[in-house]
Amino acid sequence: MAQLAAAEPLAVTRVAASRRSLAARLWSQPSGRAGLIILAIMVLAGLASLAGLVPDNPNAQNPAATLRGPSAAHLFGTDQYGRDVLSRVMAGTVLSLQTALLAVAICAVLGTLGGVAAGYFGGVISSVVTSIADLLFAIPSILLALAIVSGLGAGWQNTAIAVGISYTPIFIRVVRGPVLAIRNADYVKAAQVLGFSRRRILFRHVLPGVGGILAVQVTLALGWAVLIEASLDFLGLGPPPPAATLGLMVSDGTNIAGIAWWTLAFPAIAVVLLVLGFTLTGDGLRDALDPSTANS
Amino acid sequence: MTDRNVTSASPVLAIRDLSVGLKTRTGVTELVRSVSLEIRPGERVGLVGESGSGKSLTMLAVMGLLASPVTVTGGSVTLGETELVGAPDRKLRALRGSEIAMVYQDPMTSLDPLQRIGEQIAEGLRAHGAHRNEAEERALAALAEVQLPDPHRLARAYPHELSGGMRQRVMIAAALAGNPRLLLADEPTTALDVTIQRQILSLVARIQRARNLAVLWVTHDLGVAAQFVQRLAVMYAGRMVEVGPTAAVFGAPQHPYTAALLAAVPSTTGERSALGQIPGSPPEPGNFPPGCSFASRCRQARPGCIRAEPALEARGDGVAAACFVPPAEWQP
Amino acid sequence: MNSPAEQPGSMPGTDASAVGASGPTAAGPSAAVLTAPVLAAAGLVKVYPPAGRAGQPSIALAGVSLELAEGACLGVVGESGCGKSTLARLLVGLERPTAGTVLLQGQPVTNFRRPELARRLQLVSQDPFSSLNPRLTVASALTEVLLVHRRVPGRKQAEQRVAELLDMVSLGPQFASRLPHEMSGGQAQRVAIARAIAAEPQILILDEPTSALDVSVRAGIVNLLARLRSELALSYLFISHDMAVIRQLSDQIGVMYAGRFVERGPWQSVMSAPLHPYTRALLTAVPEPHPDGSLLGSADDLAHDAPDTGKVQVAASGRTGCPYFPRCPIRIDKCLTDDPPLEVVTGAHEAACYRAGVAVESGGVPAESGGVPAESGGPPGERA
Repeated sequence: MAQLAAAEPLAVTRVAASRRSLAARLWSQPSGRAGLIILAIMVLAGLASLAGLVPDNPNAQNPAATLRGPSAAHLFGTDQYGRDVLSRVMAGTVLSLQTALLAVAICAVLGTLGGVAAGYFGGVISSVVTSIADLLFAIPSILLALAIVSGLGAGWQNTAIAVGISYTPIFIRVVRGPVLAIRNADYVKAAQVLGFSRRRILFRHVLPGVGGILAVQVTLALGWAVLIEASLDFLGLGPPPPAATLGLMVSDGTNIAGIAWWTLAFPAIAVVLLVLGFTLTGDGLRDALDPSTANS
Repeated sequence: MTDRNVTSASPVLAIRDLSVGLKTRTGVTELVRSVSLEIRPGERVGLVGESGSGKSLTMLAVMGLLASPVTVTGGSVTLGETELVGAPDRKLRALRGSEIAMVYQDPMTSLDPLQRIGEQIAEGLRAHGAHRNEAEERALAALAEVQLPDPHRLARAYPHELSGGMRQRVMIAAALAGNPRLLLADEPTTALDVTIQRQILSLVARIQRARNLAVLWVTHDLGVAAQFVQRLAVMYAGRMVEVGPTAAVFGAPQHPYTAALLAAVPSTTGERSALGQIPGSPPEPGNFPPGCSFASRCRQARPGCIRAEPALEARGDGVAAACFVPPAEWQP
Repeated sequence: MNSPAEQPGSMPGTDASAVGASGPTAAGPSAAVLTAPVLAAAGLVKVYPPAGRAGQPSIALAGVSLELAEGACLGVVGESGCGKSTLARLLVGLERPTAGTVLLQGQPVTNFRRPELARRLQLVSQDPFSSLNPRLTVASALTEVLLVHRRVPGRKQAEQRVAELLDMVSLGPQFASRLPHEMSGGQAQRVAIARAIAAEPQILILDEPTSALDVSVRAGIVNLLARLRSELALSYLFISHDMAVIRQLSDQIGVMYAGRFVERGPWQSVMSAPLHPYTRALLTAVPEPHPDGSLLGSADDLAHDAPDTGKVQVAASGRTGCPYFPRCPIRIDKCLTDDPPLEVVTGAHEAACYRAGVAVESGGVPAESGGVPAESGGPPGERA
């Protein structure tokens, strides 16, 4: 019945600042800022490695300089084969990033398609999609990844596929909700009455509302993917030695941590920084996109 | 309205120069500016205004329910002899429900959806010292007093099982169960059907007369104000611009805003002519213009209106208005 | 992509005057209509399936027929649960009726493809902040309508037209770049109205367009709607719970209760000489902005008012008899078993009541009116 006549919120809380760019808002969030800085460092290190700007060849063995602690020549020390740990960590970072990117590309595409289909069309399509998602959900991600990698063999692309498929149900769920909600929003009904085509309504009115949530989820997924990928490598399911994956380095490092802490510590810290960077950025994005925090 | 209960006894509630503001990093944004109002026992007073006028904030300030960073920045509110502004929380809680009661627009948010109605009312009474059985009886009596059918059965019902009108009656029952001296109501009938609204207003009027209760009724509905309250105060941009007996204010408004509001309200009788519009919009808090806040939208504005803020002045017949231009000089 | 390809042979509405009046309403003729009704409904029924497993299906509309004359404004008034919003949704095609038809310019509305329908009939809803896409600027939203419906040849002309539309709703050109949350309620509602008329419809369905607005803002919108109606030669179906606002704009007023019209007629007759007891109750309950004590004054009146038993006025399936029976102060035995049809009582004024026009006087003795014999009625307004 008669709604609140003129229940306008206090003018001071009215969102006046959504004109500030997303980047600016993200930077002003402490979590966003920290996340972006960490990620910048890691990505730069990875790019440097790709460009060959490493102190040493990550695979160059030097039997004369095995298990040396951090020094001027080897900032992160050397491992049991005399390889420079810093160079290997940088190479490992690249590997982690590219695996994570591929993995998230897979699950984001599959998950968004599924989520949008389920949310927008509802009915049978929604039931089918959510059942598939539930099925994938029911299997622990590591086991699922294990199964896939065992079937496809080792190699970073297969690791990426494994990680991507196991994360897909989360994307389906995360995307379906908002799509469903927006689909029933008054402005979508208004668009129908205004005679717009289904396609126009989907692309111009429904999907833009999902973009923000998608961005947040992609960022968080990247962090998660790095972790799972490292875990898989740790278990020996990723690219085999002498590949410089962070997971393998941590695995080797645990064996000799007593005598050479640097072989464990630095790769582990690299993993932590990557995950932290993505997670903080994702949190910052979420806060930056939340209209209730959008006043300057 | 021929109530003879309004005495010239000392006021139940005295609001003096109350100001409410929003504390920001850079300073204080004024929201309610120097509002003064008295309510005597047995009196029904209305606080009328559009959104952003500050009427609800004033009400919340009286109850001590402002949430930081919104806070009282000046003035005083006395209930009888007790000062409410700055009073310790403990004291305010003791007063709420026993001396002062409040009814809101949406009873669903003030009633616990998981608790039976009778129990909620009784619990409130016990919190103020009643014994279990006494509380139960008084709760039932309260439900009966608001003319809810079958109070015994209803006491065992949950809020969602009732209609909007019945829930509002329950709110009123809960409010009155503690036998307060003052009832504050913030648009409690706005969301109700008009036929139910009439029943609720009539009910409150009857109970209020019987108990000589003082009532402050906030509404944006001028019809409700005209029919229900004996005195009304009109708020605009955080200030009180006109106050006086309802008949006088409606019959001969002394402030151009009041007059404009009255011209904007359609009625179900009389000539059918274009409704009066007010150009522009109310100023935002923090952006109050210099001088009279209404000047930029006022047909009667003179150059002097933006130079100084008019204060409430008596205009006779118990009416006070804050305007430099007397009605005699108004242009049509 | 968006080509609303008009198939040859399906060009309805090009000559409205050629279409014969095909609205099969059970009621009498609409008020002084010489041309065919521009919008008509016949026997609209809408039933929703039960909420839970054990629930009953709920009947939102129990047989609604209406005719909207060209250029007229039909005001539909009713309280919560009466079905007026459902009626709006059916008329604009957001939902399909369970039974009955909607005729647009003589043709069943199902004959039209969506874009076609949108160019003839538009909707303005209650809350502009929900009905406007929060991410689109005013210019984007209006341009979209203009381009989809080819009301302008191209983007350049769209800009010009957007400025015109804003001017029509009394908004300055600076609003073109604003987002909905950067406007007040009244401004946003003006934008929603501009968006609706951008499609250049002939008919506007207005579903409580002023209910969420402040008093002074409401007045502006009402005046705007009145002006637009005459300037653009529009026909309105204006839905509201607010009798006073309905009265401002309407030529004809229809009162809805429990999913049907219980009274309908010229606005003067309905307001000053209501025939149905519900209309009378509604009018008595409207708080007039004059301090005359009329609302609370007559206690007798209230004694006859239905007690608030919490019963929602949805028509129960399987019920026979008049839906107003439980609350009616002048009911007779017949009312319990036979549902009174909406029939002409005098001139163009219809009512669905066997005792239309009978008033209850204080003292509980019904007064006679218009030759209706006094029958022994049941006790008025018993407390359930």
